[in-house]
Amino acid sequence: MSGMNDWTKSRYLPSVVLFAGLIVTAILPATGLLNDYLQFVLVSVAINAILCVSLNLVNGWMGEFSVGHAGFMALGAYASAILTVKLFPAAPDILLFPIAVLIGGCVAGLAGIPVGILSFKTRGDYLAIITLAFLMIVKSGLENIPYTGGPRGLLGIPRLTTVAWAYFWCVVAFWVIRNLVYSKYGRGIAAIREDEIAAEAMGVNTRTAKLVAFVTSSFFAGVAGALFAHQLQFINPSSFDILKSTEILVMVYLGGVASLGGSLLGAGVVTILTQCLQPLGTWRMVVLPALLVLLMLFRPAGIMGYRDWNWLKPRIFTKPRLEKSKQAPLQ
Amino acid sequence: MSALLETCNLTRQFGGLRAIGDLSLSVNRREILGVIGPNGAGKTTFFNLLTGIYPPSSGDILFKGNSIVGLLPSQIARLGVARTFQNIRLFRRLSVLENTRIAYDSQLPYSPVDALLRTPRARVRERESIDASMELLELFELGSMANECAGDLSYGSQRRLEIVRALALKPTLLLLDEPAAGMNPYEAMQLTDFLRWVHGKFSLTIVLIEHHMQMVMDLCDRIEVLEFGVRIAGGKPDEVKANPRVVEAYLGTEGELP
Ligand SMILES: Nc1ncnc2c1ncn2[C@@H]1O[C@H](COP(=O)(O)OP(=O)(O)OP(=O)(O)O)[C@@H](O)[C@H]1O
Ligand SMILES: [Mg+2]
Repeated sequence: MSGMNDWTKSRYLPSVVLFAGLIVTAILPATGLLNDYLQFVLVSVAINAILCVSLNLVNGWMGEFSVGHAGFMALGAYASAILTVKLFPAAPDILLFPIAVLIGGCVAGLAGIPVGILSFKTRGDYLAIITLAFLMIVKSGLENIPYTGGPRGLLGIPRLTTVAWAYFWCVVAFWVIRNLVYSKYGRGIAAIREDEIAAEAMGVNTRTAKLVAFVTSSFFAGVAGALFAHQLQFINPSSFDILKSTEILVMVYLGGVASLGGSLLGAGVVTILTQCLQPLGTWRMVVLPALLVLLMLFRPAGIMGYRDWNWLKPRIFTKPRLEKSKQAPLQ
Repeated sequence: MSALLETCNLTRQFGGLRAIGDLSLSVNRREILGVIGPNGAGKTTFFNLLTGIYPPSSGDILFKGNSIVGLLPSQIARLGVARTFQNIRLFRRLSVLENTRIAYDSQLPYSPVDALLRTPRARVRERESIDASMELLELFELGSMANECAGDLSYGSQRRLEIVRALALKPTLLLLDEPAAGMNPYEAMQLTDFLRWVHGKFSLTIVLIEHHMQMVMDLCDRIEVLEFGVRIAGGKPDEVKANPRVVEAYLGTEGELP
């Protein structure tokens, strides 16, 4: 009987912990224990973690090299800001904001479809160039739309991204991407990375797998973009240039490819490093790309490459089969 | 009785090179068919055409009476055509279990939305796929290595895993491309027994490309001989062995025929 109790306890433990986290992040800012700067850093870590884990889906699990992530982020940022600034400035935030973030994600996710389709036939360097072209199209497109302020960008975005919202979306992103990578589609995505011909020959529908990967990845880039816009309160097209993509690439390849824990680690380290490098001024723009070069040379898979902490995996993957047969007499 | 697989005037050009020329042959249900021929004869190309990796330049391929030309390799695989590769092509950084599950996955009916939200439907299917794949691995004495990286296995275990992975697709037709490559005669003999057992246990039809002649002669019901992409002989092992055309083709390249 006590065995049953332990089992139920640990089954719901993660949900309880995550929910407690939400309450803590909602209450903490009000207590005054977190000053504005610390809140800013925490929100940045969460946003970057979403960006990192979603790019990791394509660059890590699928083994492609997308440099267009900032482009998807831009679409989410602009789509959500249009809603909160232009279309429904008077709507109650508690309702409008989650919807705006969701729509930001959907707009970016839709843009992921054509890129996903292009990846059916194109791989490696050529796909990287396509994602670069996508990034430039988005940036130039936004610069030429007067409605969103052209190159000057959108100003006066309400500051709606609280620590709690950032935490919430971060948990959603990691949960969904974890579900995906530990599903048949996720295994298909990894099989494409390892050997696409063998994957096809083993019945993997590589087109579906690629589409799912690109759409999910760009959806969460859009979500992160929406949170980003409502954190900084102003966005312009050059917030989403190749340097932004590079920053996310560094997080992925530092933390570890094809790893949830690595994504968290990479986002945390890079965000805090960027904060520490503020005194360097524009010279800090040199540090991250240089770090990327060093990583590619000395540790191309990153700290946690192709590994993960057990607590991040679905239970079914960490519970050995033996345990199942041990449990059998109980039922 | 209709054949399981039939090719009609199958041709494949690579630029000026005719890798497979006007090949018409059939594979009967439940038989083991050997395909032999000197290096570069077009044997692997033949498999690549059957599995949809290359489209034929002309000709048709019928599987269970229906044309499979123009289908994606994954669609052909899901119809029940599984294969192994001449140069082992495992998912090297994935575990032995994952390698097997990927082939089993094509039979799991759940949608991307089920996967993203990990719905009960997805969870039940995942459990099913783990259990079925483990069972298969245990049957082939790979169970204890389930969590090891496929790339870390010994050469022999990798060859074995590639066959297990193909079987996880639940195929009716299994295409083996030189499964005994790199094995000594004793290991090849063990593999012969192993394949005979697999053939019976899984009610398979097998097409076997192999250079180990002893193995082909022992195992195959029928043999087709290719040279420069063209069928030069075919029939029962004894007939093929005695065929002067075959001896000539082999003496030209390998110089021995048991
Ligand atoms: N993708 C390709 N592009 C160009 N030529 C090819 C291609 N694949 C095979 N060939 C050529 O087709 C011919 C047949 O090759 P194939 O690999 O089918 O031979 P094989 O009978 O399997 O030989 P082996 O016994 O060495 O494995 C060879 O001359 C080869 O160079
Ligand atoms: Mg070959």
